[in-house]
Amino acid sequence: MSARANILGKLRNSLDGTTPRPDEFDERLVTEPWRYDPQDRIARLRSLMEAVHTEVRQCSSDNWPGLVAGLLAKRNLTNLLCVLGKEHGRELQAHFDATKRSVRLLAYDRPVEAWKEELFWNVGASLTGTLGAIAATGSLVLWPDRHEPRLMSLVPPVHIALLKASEIHDNLYDMMMAQDWAAGLPTNVLLVSGPSKTADIEQVLAYGAHGPRELIVLILEDA
Amino acid sequence: MSQRIPATELSSGFRSRAEAALADRQLRNNFRTAMDSLMHKRAKAFSDADEREGLRELGNRIKAGALSRLPDLLEQLEQKLTENGVKVHWAETLEEANTLVHGIIEARKGRQVVKGKSMVSEEMEMNDYLAELGIECLESDMGEYIVQLDGEKPSHIIMPAIHKNARQVSKLFHDKLGEPETDDIDHLIQIGRRTLRQKFMEADVGVSGVNFAIAETGTLLLVENEGNGRMSTTVPPVHIAVTGIEKVVANLRDVVPLVSLLTRSALGQPITTYVNLISGPRKPDELDGPEEVHLVLLDNGRSGAFADAQMRQTLNCIRCGACMNHCPVYTRVGGHTYGEVYPGPIGKIITPHMVGLDRVPDHPSASSLCGACGDVCPVKIPIPELLQRLRQENVKNPAEPQLVKGGGAKFSRTERSIWRGWRMLNTRPALYRSFLWAATRFRALAPKKAGPWTDNHSAPVPARQSLHDLAAQHLDQNGGRPS
Repeated sequence: MSARANILGKLRNSLDGTTPRPDEFDERLVTEPWRYDPQDRIARLRSLMEAVHTEVRQCSSDNWPGLVAGLLAKRNLTNLLCVLGKEHGRELQAHFDATKRSVRLLAYDRPVEAWKEELFWNVGASLTGTLGAIAATGSLVLWPDRHEPRLMSLVPPVHIALLKASEIHDNLYDMMMAQDWAAGLPTNVLLVSGPSKTADIEQVLAYGAHGPRELIVLILEDA
Repeated sequence: MSQRIPATELSSGFRSRAEAALADRQLRNNFRTAMDSLMHKRAKAFSDADEREGLRELGNRIKAGALSRLPDLLEQLEQKLTENGVKVHWAETLEEANTLVHGIIEARKGRQVVKGKSMVSEEMEMNDYLAELGIECLESDMGEYIVQLDGEKPSHIIMPAIHKNARQVSKLFHDKLGEPETDDIDHLIQIGRRTLRQKFMEADVGVSGVNFAIAETGTLLLVENEGNGRMSTTVPPVHIAVTGIEKVVANLRDVVPLVSLLTRSALGQPITTYVNLISGPRKPDELDGPEEVHLVLLDNGRSGAFADAQMRQTLNCIRCGACMNHCPVYTRVGGHTYGEVYPGPIGKIITPHMVGLDRVPDHPSASSLCGACGDVCPVKIPIPELLQRLRQENVKNPAEPQLVKGGGAKFSRTERSIWRGWRMLNTRPALYRSFLWAATRFRALAPKKAGPWTDNHSAPVPARQSLHDLAAQHLDQNGGRPS
């Protein structure tokens, strides 16, 4: 007998003569306490994310590239990993070209094995989009894909995330229902609610444990 | 102030470790401070009692519902994961699980393993197992890394190094890594970050646990704050997740209340920094993520707990650690005293099914039954009730069939006959009255030693007059007895 057959056999044997409990999920418990007026969502998201050292900036679709340039300059960062040749990458490129900034835009355009060393030690910051955010818990939702692979939001010490104000949901339940996540999830889905942190020594919070030391969220209010 | 508590019977490991821990002021201070703060944070995170109780009830229903169709859900999970490209393995014992993990690593000729926090891998003692086969298995959670570096085991399931303070960690990093000593916690964390970053890059295999396995979508959900879990499950070419068979839930939406209960109960956080949902290995057009993802489903005694409807509730556990944070015994003796992988109240009710009650006979009774653990449990496991049940299983006659592995370890004929005598005494009025008469008259003859009780307390001496006599006297003096 295989381990599988033994385990399932024992479990089935123990349930002999019982009936499965009915599904008693009550969605009100995970939605009603977590509803906000549309104009309050940003404030709720901000306050939760700022409480865990996230820098949140409200801006618009035409001035965000300048803001990114400023954030990089303030930190003396000379390169930025972002998706090139697609929406926000193009806008950023155009801005840097026009202002003659000496920031090198890096693309994640080959398998990680081809440039692990460089990704781990030489990339100063990254910029990714988001699928949206959750006001209830102060979380960004990321669905990494070929253009914005998983490690883009994890390895560089500074992570800048673009968030459209219209894509902030009240709570996780609403968001996964609205987008029917159960119908099929990508390889990896992430909720990110701040920079990497640990309290493993004396419960004292320290930021930048293994992931980004800084998380900066740019909320595009007109998008 | 520092008066030492006199020793009780020290025949067993738990008792002697507890005595040593109680005398260690540094350790007690570290735990007291940490547990107070964790209790405070949890209370703040659940400031609305109605909301909290509604959610706990829902958490209980989801877990109980999942357990009521556990074999079907495990099969559904396996099928969905397989469709998603994840290989599913089953292990009844720790040895089987270790062999499976080793086989996966060997197939890739792996030599370096980096591990995210996983209590199941602690059950397996995977680090030691792999080390003997020449494979380095490095812990990457900061707390676990510290504990591993010092050759210790975790003392708390969420905060593995909670028994150490910054000075102790600094000394450890100085001794083992040659780093200059510092009291700056940020600096200590940066030492860990630097050292482990290199390891993430080099590792052939990443190992992790699982917080919830979702049958509906074939998804493994992991929560964490540090990012080491994401590193371990994303950077190495192979990811092996190890988990207990009780971690499966039916639907994706089920994790919404469960994650909220978990992070708020454990750390008082509305959510952890990262919630990582993994539904498969790297797809052909993707640029990172592991090429292979494996899930090892481990039994290790869980099906034994499952066999009894009452003890099955043990498997509701989502490993938040709130029961230990609120336990007056755990706070005083610390995690290592329990001598097993899972300490505190949850450890006391799960460990017997894993290792046998005869190996941990003192665990069910190392409790005042104050009920704090049951009150805070996010999935409403009636821990005090289960402790009482295990106490009964503990003293069962070994000749009877045992429901719990190693049951009946504390059976004593003497104790049995004392209780039998006690029952007789209290159910026969004539006998009871003559006992009272004798006990009050011959009180001077009461034994000076009454087992371990008199090691720490003065011996009980019967009163000159029984309550019965006093009442009769009172009524005589104040208007006579009722007819």
